[in-house]
Parts: sequence; structure tokens; C-alpha cells
Amino acid sequence: MKAPRFEYVRPTRLEDAIGALAKHGSDAKAIAGGQSLVPMLAFRLAAPRLLVDIGRIPGLNQITVGGDGIALGALVRWRDIERSDELRRAHPLLVEAVRHVAHYQIRNRGTVGGSLAHADPAAEMPGIAVTCDAQIVVAGVRGRRTIPAAEFFVAALSTALEPDELIVEVRLPPWPQGRRWAFEEFARRRGDFALAGVALFYDVGADGRAANAHVGAIGVGDVPLRLAAAEAVLERKLLTEPLIREAGAAAAASVNPADDIHAPGEYRRALLGVLTERALARAAGLPLRESA
Amino acid sequence: MTAVRTAYIGQEIERTEDFRFLTGRGTFVDDYEPAGLLHAAILRSSVAHGRIRKIDASAAVKMAGVHAVITAADIGQVIPTIPIRLAPIKGLELYLQPVIATEKVRYVGEPVALVLADTRAIAEDAAAEIELEIEMLAPVPDWRAAETDRALLFEQNGTNVAARYTVNSGDADAAFADADYTRREFFRAHRHTAVPMETRGVVAEWDAASERLIVTGATKVTFFNRRALAAMMQMPENAIDFIEIDVGGGFGVRGEFYPEDFLIPFAARMAKRPVKWIEDRAEHLQAVNHSREIDCELEIACRRDGAILALRGRIHGDMGAYTRTNSGVVPAKAAQFLHGPYRIPAVKFDVMAYMTSKTPIGTYRAPGRFEANFFRERLIDIAARDLNIDPVEFRRKNLIAAAEMPYSIGKLVPYENESAYDSGDYHAALEKCLDTFGWNEKKKLQGRNVDGRYHGLAVTCFVESGGAGPRENVRMILERDGRVTIAIGSSVLGQGLETVFAQIAADALELPFETFQVLHGSTTLLKEGFGTYHSRAVVMGGSAILDGAKNLLSAIQSAASLQFNCRPDEVTIDGGKAKGPDGRMLTFAALAAAAGAVSAEGTFANNKRTFSYGAHAAHVAVDARTGNVAVLDYVAVEDIGRAINPALVHGQSLGAVVQGLGGVFLDHLIYDANAQLLNASLADYLLPTATDFPHVRGVTLELHRSPSNPLGAKGAGEGGMVAVAATAANAVAAALSSFGVQPNELPLSPPRIWQLLRGAAAAR
Amino acid sequence: MSERATVQFKVNGKSCAAEVEPRTTLADCLRHDLGLTGTHVGCEHGICGACTVILDGAAVRACLMFAVQAEGAQIVTVEGLANGDSLSPLQASFRKHHALQCGFCTPGILTTAHILLSEEPDADENRIREVLSGNICRCTGYVQIVEAVLDARAAYKQKTAASP
Repeated sequence: MKAPRFEYVRPTRLEDAIGALAKHGSDAKAIAGGQSLVPMLAFRLAAPRLLVDIGRIPGLNQITVGGDGIALGALVRWRDIERSDELRRAHPLLVEAVRHVAHYQIRNRGTVGGSLAHADPAAEMPGIAVTCDAQIVVAGVRGRRTIPAAEFFVAALSTALEPDELIVEVRLPPWPQGRRWAFEEFARRRGDFALAGVALFYDVGADGRAANAHVGAIGVGDVPLRLAAAEAVLERKLLTEPLIREAGAAAAASVNPADDIHAPGEYRRALLGVLTERALARAAGLPLRESA
Repeated sequence: MTAVRTAYIGQEIERTEDFRFLTGRGTFVDDYEPAGLLHAAILRSSVAHGRIRKIDASAAVKMAGVHAVITAADIGQVIPTIPIRLAPIKGLELYLQPVIATEKVRYVGEPVALVLADTRAIAEDAAAEIELEIEMLAPVPDWRAAETDRALLFEQNGTNVAARYTVNSGDADAAFADADYTRREFFRAHRHTAVPMETRGVVAEWDAASERLIVTGATKVTFFNRRALAAMMQMPENAIDFIEIDVGGGFGVRGEFYPEDFLIPFAARMAKRPVKWIEDRAEHLQAVNHSREIDCELEIACRRDGAILALRGRIHGDMGAYTRTNSGVVPAKAAQFLHGPYRIPAVKFDVMAYMTSKTPIGTYRAPGRFEANFFRERLIDIAARDLNIDPVEFRRKNLIAAAEMPYSIGKLVPYENESAYDSGDYHAALEKCLDTFGWNEKKKLQGRNVDGRYHGLAVTCFVESGGAGPRENVRMILERDGRVTIAIGSSVLGQGLETVFAQIAADALELPFETFQVLHGSTTLLKEGFGTYHSRAVVMGGSAILDGAKNLLSAIQSAASLQFNCRPDEVTIDGGKAKGPDGRMLTFAALAAAAGAVSAEGTFANNKRTFSYGAHAAHVAVDARTGNVAVLDYVAVEDIGRAINPALVHGQSLGAVVQGLGGVFLDHLIYDANAQLLNASLADYLLPTATDFPHVRGVTLELHRSPSNPLGAKGAGEGGMVAVAATAANAVAAALSSFGVQPNELPLSPPRIWQLLRGAAAAR
Repeated sequence: MSERATVQFKVNGKSCAAEVEPRTTLADCLRHDLGLTGTHVGCEHGICGACTVILDGAAVRACLMFAVQAEGAQIVTVEGLANGDSLSPLQASFRKHHALQCGFCTPGILTTAHILLSEEPDADENRIREVLSGNICRCTGYVQIVEAVLDARAAYKQKTAASP
């Protein structure tokens, strides 16, 4: 199971990396941590003629927390996020989600940019990006542009990136104090891609009602999804058990997952409803009566 | 037999092999790299069933670094087939696997061509350039399709039904006719396999001058495999050496004769260069024996009080595309072990073996047993519930009593003689299991919903065979430096047998454990060896060591008698020393230094199997909304007669339980309706990891030694596995009893349990 | 951009150089170009963990990176864990607890557990199991591995206490 032959460059300047990608077009592929790309090469599911190693381009591995939100450089690794005390305060949902990414060794190499560019519909980081209205900053020969996460993921393993473009950073809006949140996923084994997952948050208004509810789902479509129907159930409401049930049902009803070898679509749909309920109960600090 | 002082047997000696493994100094097959090596890659069929129209390797051969491409046309007029080693069920011999596909391909993964190149990567590049045209034929995805004979895998045989037979004992039909209670269920064990961490590999070296072949990476049954290869290559057996080095796990699948075991030596002879082939993981999942795919219709007849009167049923074995070396074991043992540890006056089992267009079936740890115990124990729990009898009481009532030993179950396997359980106290093992598990305290949780999780408990009983004959051989050499070399025909696949054999020998010769070096498996060591399978290495090899030690002591007496100038019988042996009648004394080391190395052979022949037995108990909690099952406690109890190294036996038990739990909840070779394997990667073929089943316990009993070997040992490698599906599935059933859910089909994946629950809800 | 590249890094404290194709994984380079066959390859697609090495202080899968990506790195393999012929406390604990059978997955588990305990000498059973969930073992069922790692913690705590 050996990778097909390719050439390899390791530019140390972003413009050189972009130049190499631009020159070779779809024959070239960027590699950072390689934790998604290398298995695809091993199975010969991808066969680029050129690998552009962006792993040593300086300045792309910064975690910046400021008043206008959080910026994660494309080369920030999962371990950096997991170990950041600052992020645990500044964006607990992100840190919690990242704890579910693959395994220890993968988290030591895998990068934020790599995960976004790979665009697995069950991956955590794309799910967080979509749930949190992230902006993805990309650079190409025509300069930089910022793509909203909602527009970035086009299909499974397919994004809005042009062949010459690289992800530079992802920006998450500020995370206010007192925000309620939860992340729930269900995978066959720890570290596997989730059969379904939910990331959600809402703010609590002075009246105690939910506001600004964001509910995102992974593993139930060909891209990470925002579940507007579930959000609508929550908006301006007090979180009660019946409301949570209603939101779970709305979440389940709003997706239409396909069958695959790990689960029939109808299972994933039902699972999403359960996970949404559990996530909401946890976010709200409510007990949930569980029965089949 | 003289009484042997047991200084080492029974001790938890640290393993001699560990130092090299812990420091990275082991030598596994891919670590062996003779000079001038060519690397092989195999082009395999991507079509389940088809007719080969064209193989054009002209472009591949021209690639830089490519040495040759070998197809069936290069092998000769007659393509050799892989012989049956075990379970020669009549009919199966008509479906042997050719070492390379010729006119037809019959499963995804069947070898079609072999590329030799300077590196494995180049060989793979070239394999991708071979033009292969296959005319698709209708696939035969399962036994129900096979049975129709609409698409024939072997046209000349006229049917896909390779074998059918009936075995019985007593008059089951009469018992059913008169019974108070009968119940019939359909069960399904799914296709999965062993997946040892080291994939297979072969390095073949051809010495053109002497026309000799050395095959490195051999294991399990090296002597049999050498004989098979010699016949296929039309070479004298003694011109081939099979060399066993470190092996990264076997569990049944590794070390059987596969197509590559011919192709690589053949390629080395043809290329006159050493050739290495290391199976990659995707190949492994398509190419190595699959196992377990058995459907079973099973019916039980009982008296109202729960006494079992009869069992009858039908085994449907999906054999895959070909009969391999031991394929027949799987359905045959699935039938035989339906009897289990119970007193059952009458049984009758039909066995059907069908050819399908999938990877061939072979043995995987506890072959047939894992399945049979699942079928029978599930049915027993269903029957106990119907009869309103506590399932533990039901088992107590029917278990064979110690006083009934040996207990014959009759001749339930067409290629074997009548079987009799050798010894044991089955009740004691059950009680030990219940006690260790804390059955009485946990019982109050049975079927209860605690915070959304439904708790279930189950206990099941099993009997397991081991120690297959016919023989094992050993040579023991007191070396000039005083060390003792043990050269044994048993193979070592990672169990720690170097340590275990040294423990046995150390006691028999009354020498320190450190005196011994164990050489194993290679055909260069002995004239004949029988290898390691069916939990036989300690029973057969260990007993051979006792014989070898006895003979070595006689040889030492003879050698010493020359030194002491006395008759051999005047030499006494005590604690590693030989003493002459005049009081002179020589340590064995001093004797060997003076007289030269002393060697002796030992053998142990036996056709009676050992029957270990025991009970497993499980406590699970089922999340009824996700279908997820958490195993909160698992206890496996087995009486293995005698534990040579309890730590190692314990490791076998725990490892087998977790492998078994994987087989219940995770492992699954998934095929679609076109017989395409859909998950040939470890990302999608799910093996248990450290977080899946943390709560497993094992208890080893030494209540009843086996009467059929001088060690008194019984096979110990598989008892942790045999009852896992039975126990886990019964626990899940117990947890969900309020829903009336019957988990009769494996694996118990969350979606499957969720679907069962949904089906039960809909039915209400 | 050439057919073969020269890569240099330190392995177990020693400077090494190899001429490799860019597609050569770090695992294959260590094993076949540098002869360090203690690092094992069990799947080549990043699931089994047998090939885990310590790269610049972090456990990584050597099959999921190309040797050329490791240019200039400091690598520790299983061969670098023992002190000459004496086992490290972690290795000795594995032997004591019978935490290995066939030994094939063992190098990757040792490297992973070594760096874990170096960084987190108080790791509890849950944390150890979580980290080791990236390493598949088919023989042991993990129980004795976890016991061995738990028991080895004392040696790492001493080390942490000794170094400022």
C-alpha cells in the first residue's frame, strides 16, 4: 500500500506555495499535517504529481484571541487547541469538539486547515466552523478572500477552494460570557468519525430565554449542516424538556442522511434527534428522561 | 511416570522473548532483508465472479525497475491447487483453490498476476498498469443465492452446494415428537476474521547451484506447508527449508497455505533472486481466510421441568469461493459444538456447505465454537424464559455432572471418531463464574432501566476442545556449554511458548529456567513437526518435552557412565547433576564439557483431545435510544487442567474475550449484493481498541487435569473466545426483555439493536 | 524537485541521512533505509498505531508522514527507549505485567505511553486508555497493557520531581 510517485517541494513562503499550486493546478496538492491526505495516497485514491508541503511556512500556526474573536492559523494542530488554556475560556465548544478528533497521535499532527480543506462531512472542525459562522481566509494568486463557512463546504470532500488557493486561517466570532453550549457525537469507537454529531450554543437573554441559537450537525449530510428548524424551535424560548424534545424532533426531521456501510440513513437521522436532545439538556443543565 | 519437582511450572515467570520485543530487536518477516531482494505486488481481482478475457502486462513489464510479471500462463499447463489439511468433508475437494486465477475469478481479491520489481512501490505502480479484462458473471453473494445454482462458480461441478451431511446421536425426531416443549429459532453469525497485527509475508530465496529453496516467514504448520509446496513445485521436500522467525499473531488465519505461499517461492525460482512479499492491510482483509459466516436453524425439545431432551438443526456454512486448507472445520465444528456441556440424549444436525463468490473461509480462534455457543445458548435462554425457569437453574439442571465423565457425545463429525469429554466439573466452573461475577448482587439489575440504560445479565456454559493429535516431536540437546537447546515442532505465533516450553523442560530436567533456549517451527530443526493450532502446542509439544527430557536424562546417564566407568543404571541424576556409584559427581554442564554435547529426541502421540470447559458472565447496559451497548463487566472462567504459566494463560483469556467482544459488536466484513467487499481498511473494519471493553476479567481453574497427556494440560488459547457471542447476546436480550427483542443475528451493532427495538415497538 | 531526495534527521540522538523517494514514508525510511526495524507497520493508513514514533517530542504515526517531511527532526523510536541492554522502567513494567504477547504492536504502544507519561505522569486509567485507543493490539485485550502503564507512572513521577 505505497503512495503513487510524486514530486515534493517545501516552500518557506506562502507566495511560493501558492505559486507552486497555481503552476500545477489540479496536479498539485498541498500537504500540512497529512493526516487525511496520506491515507488517501496510500490507497491511491489521490495521485497528485506534486505535493506542496506548507508545514513550515512561518506565521500560519498562531492562535489569536482578541475582542473581535478567535483566529486559528491553518497550521494550528489539534494538540495546540487541546492544550490552550486561553481557548478553553475563549471558545469552550471548539476545545470540546477537538477533543473528539481521531486519536492522540493524529491530534499531534493534524491541522485545522487540513481538516477544513479535506472537508469530511463527519469531521468536527468543519462542523464547528459551520455552527459558529466561521470565516475562512484563503490566499491565492489573485490575493486573499474570506469565505463564510456556510459557503465553503460544497460536497463531501469538496470545498470552494480554487486549485491555487490555500487556507490561511479560520476566524470564529467572539464567544460571550454566559453562553450555553454543548457538543455531542456518537461514534462506533472513540476517535472514529461520528455516525452523527451535534454542536450547539445559545445565549440567555435577560428574560432567561434562549437567543441566537446555533445548532450544527455532522455526519448526517454531505456537508456539515446548520439546523435552522431546530434553531427556530429554541429562539426566544425557555428551555424545558418538552421544548428540547421538540427541537430534537425538528433536528431529525431536517436531515436526510444516506445509507452507508456503518449505518442506515434512518438510524443517523434518529441518532441526530437523540444527540440534539442530549446536547440541549446538557447545555441547559436540565435532566432528560431517557426511554426508547 | 516419576514425580517431577515443580519449580517452574505454575509460576508466573517473566517471558524470555520479551526483551527483544520491548527493545525493538525482534525479527519479523519484513525485518528480514537478504541481499538482491526483489519485491512482489499482487494484482487481485476486483470482480467477484467473472471470466478472464485478457491479461496484458506488456506496458507494466517495460516500466523502469520492473523485473517480471507472472500470470497463470507462466506457471505451467497445470495450475497447482491448495490441498486440504483439516476437515476433509466429502465434496469440498472439488472446490480447491488454484494458486492463481486462470480462466475465472471467483472472489474479490483473488490473485491474477504477480509483479516483481526493485521496490514494492514500483511493483504496485506496475500492477496498476496491467490491463485486465474480466467478463462479469452473476455474483453469488450468499448461501441463499448459492443454493439456487442459478450462477455456478464451478460449472463442471454442477452445483454450488459443496457438501451436505447429517450427524446424529440418539433419536432426536422421536424426542421432538414426544416433548412437552419445543422451540425453533434462526440464528446468524456474521463474517469476520482474525486480523493479526502483523500481516502475512513471505521471503523466498532460491539457490540455483544446489536447487534449494529457503522460505522465511513460515509458521503454524510449517512441515505440512513444506510438503504441500514441494508437491506443487515438484521438488524433493528436503530441498526446501521453511524458517519460522518472530510472528505477529496468528489466531488461526496466519500460517495456513495460501496462494502467495506458492507464488513467491515460484517467483524466486523463476527470477533466481530472493523475493519478498509483504501483504498490505487492504490485501489482508480480502485475501486472508475469512471466518464465522454461519446461519443456523436450531430447535430444542425439553420437558416441562427444563430437562433438555433433544437438539436438532441445520448449519448453513458460507464457504466463500474455494475450499482452503481448513475450511471444513468451520461448519463441521459449528455443528459438533452445538451439543455443548449439557446432557442431551439426542441430537441431529444437518450441515450444508455452500460456495459463494467471496473470500474463502477458514479457521479463526474458536472456529465453529463461537458460532455454536451463540446459537445454543441463545436458544437456551429463550427456552428458559418460555418455561419460566431461571436461566441459571436451567443450566444447572442440564450440565453434565462430574460423575458422568468421560462423557461421549457420539460421532458428530464425519471425518473424526466419536468424541468424549475427558474430565471436569462443569457445575463447579459455573458456580465459580457466578460467584466471581457477583451474580446474586447484580441480579436485581436484570432488565431494569437506570437513567435510560437497560441493564442485562447473562451467564453461559461451554466446553471446548484442544490438543489435536497426532504427534509432536522435540529434540533436546545438552550443549557443551551446559545450556540446553530445545528444538520443537510446535510453532510460536506470539503466545510466549519459548518461556512455557522452557518452564516445562526446566522442571523435567531440574535445571534452572535460564539454561534453556527454545527453537521452534522451522523445518530445519527436526524430521517432522505438527505445529500449532487447535490449542495444541502446550498439550502436544509440552508433553513431547517431557518425553524428550526423560530420554535426555537416559542419554546423560549413558554419557556419565563412560566418565564414571560404570553401568548407566548406576548413574543417579539429581538436581542437574550426575552421580556415579563411587560418589563422583558431575554437573550436566561439566559432563557436557568433558563428554561433548548430549542429545535426545522426544515424541508424544495422542489422538484424544482435551476438553476444557467453563462459563462466561456478562453485565451490559443498553442505550435503547442509540442502540449502544456498554459492557460493564465480563467474567470468563475456564478450567484448563493445568496452567504452566498462569500470567500467560490469563493473557490468553483476556485477549480472547476482547477479541470475542469485537466479534460481537464491531468486526464485520461487509459485502454488498454484488459480493464486493466494502470495508477493506482498518478505518472501516472496526477492531476493538483500549477504550471499548475495559471491564473484562478472567479466571483460570485447574480443577481437573486432562487424563490424556502427562502434563494434564488442556488447550488454553480459545476458551476466552468461545462463549463471548453467546454471553453478550444473551445479556443484551436480557436487558431488552421488556421489549421482547431477540438479538439472534450478529454483529450487535448500534444500528442493528436500534432496528430491533424499532421493530419490536412497531409490532406492539 | 528531484526523483530522490536526501533527508537528514536525528534518530535516537544519532544524525542519520537517507536518500529516499518523496513517497517513502517515515516508517519505511526508518525500517528499510536506516535498518531500524523496531518500528512496525501494521496498516499503512494511520489506524493501528504500530508505527508510532516520537517526533520532536510528540507521538506521531510514522506511516502518515513522508520521510522528507521529517527533515531536521529529532526522532525517538523503540530502539531509543532502553538504556543499552537494560530495560527502561516502562519496558520493565510491560514485562512484569505480561503486557505483550506477539510483540508486534508493542513498539508503538511503548513510544506512545512513554511520551504520555513523560508529559502526564499522573495520567489515570481513563486517560491512558483514551491515549492508547490509537494503538491496536490483537493479543492482550489491553488489560495488562493498561496495568503496566499505570504501574510505570511512579518512575516518571520521580523523573519529573528530579528535574526542575
